[in-house]
Amino acid sequence: MDLKEINMRVQERQRDLLQIKNFNDAEIQLINEELQKDYQKLVLFESKANDKEVRLTIKNLRNKVIEQQDLVKKYLQIRYARLVNKSAPKIPVLKNALAAFFVGGTICVIGQIILNVIVLNGVPNKEATAITLMVMVFISALLTGLGIYDEIGRFGGAGSMVPITGFANSIVSPALEYKREGYVYGIGAKVFTIAGPVLLYGSLISVIIGLTFYIIK
Amino acid sequence: MQSKKIGKQTINYLHPVSIVSFASIVGPKEGQGPLGSSFDYILADNLDGEKSWEKTEQKMLEHSLALALAKKNYLAKDLDYFLAGDLLNQIVCSNFTARAIGTPFLGIYGACSTLVEGLVLGSILIDGGYGSRVGIASSSHHETAERQLRFPTELGVQRTMTAQWTVTGSGAYILEDNPNGADIVITQGIIGKVIDLGQANAMDMGAAMAPAAADTITQYFKDTGRKPEDFDLIITGDLGNIGRVLCQQLVLQSGYDISKNYSDCGVLIYDPAQDTHAGGSGCGCSASVLAGYLLPQIIEGKLRNIFLVGTGALLSPTSAQQGETIPCIAHGIVIQGNR
Repeated sequence: MDLKEINMRVQERQRDLLQIKNFNDAEIQLINEELQKDYQKLVLFESKANDKEVRLTIKNLRNKVIEQQDLVKKYLQIRYARLVNKSAPKIPVLKNALAAFFVGGTICVIGQIILNVIVLNGVPNKEATAITLMVMVFISALLTGLGIYDEIGRFGGAGSMVPITGFANSIVSPALEYKREGYVYGIGAKVFTIAGPVLLYGSLISVIIGLTFYIIK
Repeated sequence: MQSKKIGKQTINYLHPVSIVSFASIVGPKEGQGPLGSSFDYILADNLDGEKSWEKTEQKMLEHSLALALAKKNYLAKDLDYFLAGDLLNQIVCSNFTARAIGTPFLGIYGACSTLVEGLVLGSILIDGGYGSRVGIASSSHHETAERQLRFPTELGVQRTMTAQWTVTGSGAYILEDNPNGADIVITQGIIGKVIDLGQANAMDMGAAMAPAAADTITQYFKDTGRKPEDFDLIITGDLGNIGRVLCQQLVLQSGYDISKNYSDCGVLIYDPAQDTHAGGSGCGCSASVLAGYLLPQIIEGKLRNIFLVGTGALLSPTSAQQGETIPCIAHGIVIQGNR
């Protein structure tokens, strides 16, 4: 008997909610209370209903009530988001970009110098690249352990994150962090928490590219 | 003047607080258990149409409170306070439920003793005159607890014989300040100490928690001078089969024999044939058994009074991995029928 009543109320409210912008806070509060009342009643009916069909009907009606609750919530959220956006501090885009350019560039220059030195010493170009990567990863890992790379990252942002040194940092830092939980469940389980996505999808993409090349050739 | 505190730890509510409404929701496994028919609502499956286990647990908690309120035709705004807790990190289920209902809220955490902690605190609020109606709720969910505290839910591990099965369930209670004409009254409570006898096996929580439960039980008898025979039932929250036996032995060593009227919610909720090994555990264990099974018996007059001791293992996955032992706590509450 009450189910019909609630259904009617829900439909009436649907019309009201179209004009939510014209409501004041007290009226919105009232709507919220009404919604809560309906919701509670529906849960009670649902617990008493033994029939699967009846339960489903009630659940559908309950979902409608949830939709209406969400609508009110969204309205309040959007209203507040406007206020937040107005008062949010400005991100220093130019300064950040310059810092990233400077740090990233410096790392690349260091890498290039190392590469050139190795090539000058008579190592073939292909192997020299691999050696350079290893040296850079080693330097980054060492600086991470000494607590210096974190500072570079704080200043350089993406500039220190994008080169391979950033990748090394993302593996060494969890290893240091989770050592306290032991070598198995600590380091073993958590060393790739940050680098994991790169490793998984990096491998996946390289397989796809490799296959594509194979087929095209 | 009569004191509100007896002995070292026991709280005496001078204005007896009544439980006016309560509700329980459980998962399908609990629904198939020996107490299945006594719960208000049994979920069709452990996901119940939601997108994640966590969402399901949150809805379960919210719905059990909604049921308890709806039974008395109350609204959430009629509550002066809402106290709730669960097992998830940062007790998110309780926080999100509080967000949905918009009542002044205190989040509490006592692992699986959360429900009794809530009942003790809620009764203090009412007895102290700080409010006249308080909602208490707690929940646990097998899958959310497993993935947070142990392994991914689909991992094929062999559970040890001492392991307990986290109950998917929740219970909600409305406490009120009306000593006249109430069927169920909370008369005393006891706040437990954290006890750690060096157990570190997260797969054997019963053995870790038993000393805390035994300590609280014996302290209550010492504080009040009452005897185990004074109760129709002494029941612990989730010690399971192994912890139950240990607790009984420890209490006996202290000079109190509770063997005649002692039981455990974790033992009652599942049938041994359900392959849960050492029984049930989790906030939802005592929360759903109290609301579904014990309180109705008090209303019917089958039980005159019970001493419920909620037991909690206060560990985190991180502390366990760092080699810490498991600190445990147990709070107690005395619930009496008015018949």
